[in-house]
Amino acid sequence: MSAEAVHAEHGLEQHVGVQYSTIEQQNESYIVGMWTFLVTEIMFFGALFLALTIYRSLYPAEFSEAHHRLDKFLGTVNTFILLSSSFSMALAVRYAQLGQRKGLIAMLLVTVLFAAGFLGVKSIEYGTKFEHHLFPGPSFDFNYEEREKQGIAEGGMAARGEEQAAVAGPIGLETNRTTGPVLEDRKQMFFVLYFAMTGLHAIHVLIGMVVMLVIILLAAIDHPAVRDYIPIEMAGLYWHFVDIVWIFLFPLLYLIGH
Amino acid sequence: MEHHVLSVKTYASVYAALLVLLVLTVVAANFNFGTFNIVVALIIGVTKAVLVILYFMGVKFGTRLIWLWASIGFVWFVLLFLTLGDYITRGSVIGW
Repeated sequence: MSAEAVHAEHGLEQHVGVQYSTIEQQNESYIVGMWTFLVTEIMFFGALFLALTIYRSLYPAEFSEAHHRLDKFLGTVNTFILLSSSFSMALAVRYAQLGQRKGLIAMLLVTVLFAAGFLGVKSIEYGTKFEHHLFPGPSFDFNYEEREKQGIAEGGMAARGEEQAAVAGPIGLETNRTTGPVLEDRKQMFFVLYFAMTGLHAIHVLIGMVVMLVIILLAAIDHPAVRDYIPIEMAGLYWHFVDIVWIFLFPLLYLIGH
Repeated sequence: MEHHVLSVKTYASVYAALLVLLVLTVVAANFNFGTFNIVVALIIGVTKAVLVILYFMGVKFGTRLIWLWASIGFVWFVLLFLTLGDYITRGSVIGW
């Protein structure tokens, strides 16, 4: 015989663990545990937001110029997609709370589709950035796109080398710290932060998709683990957090230059 | 903690409000408020985040312990950004 008490209503079934006195205490413990994890996530992303704040204040002109290279339209579309996914996730959690399995599965599928759409748009954006030599590293070349438009992209590297040599001077000393390559480096810093922040965010979206797919599979076979709404509630908290991170990434990277 | 099931209407209203705020932040970005560009964007961003936290994440109907835990992350965020005090007092960070 199991020592657990079972709380069942509608299609909902909650087993109270032996370490808990009541179902209320158990539910609260799970939610507080999830929030503890989310606090560590705030620390994780917080450091990157601080870095962005400091660098944009140090190099306002270069960051303003660099941010215009991001696609505001695609950024807006992705914000819309992610806000919609949060809405469908909220409905999924609601269905779970009511013990309605079909609604839960349907809403989670919608949420997974939104998440896939988000990553699809993101990959188009990343592809364009790689094409335009805007990914940080040895091939970073802020003016590549402009030169390509003028049809002199072939001589790009050579021209860039001459430009650098001219600034560095014959003895290789930097005479003026705010010209040529230094400005290019500052613009590159914007893209370092752009890729670090949106990349880390995209990884979170991917993990969220895996979590949702697992819940969908478990719900499809009516596994006892998801007859309790708490696992879905926790996945929901995670997903809304990922949404909140994007709510701040979008205006700070795409809309406001400095 | 009894689970408080919110109505679909509540969630839909929050979603509608989030979309209005999204349009607002995109439109506002086309105007130049100077230093206040970032302030406007952050006010709208914080409003959206608060809506998501209170309703979608259900903190509004959570227990006092959940309120406390949800607030701790933001206390940490404020502490983290006090780092800026160092930059500002050295004069290397002038404005936002």
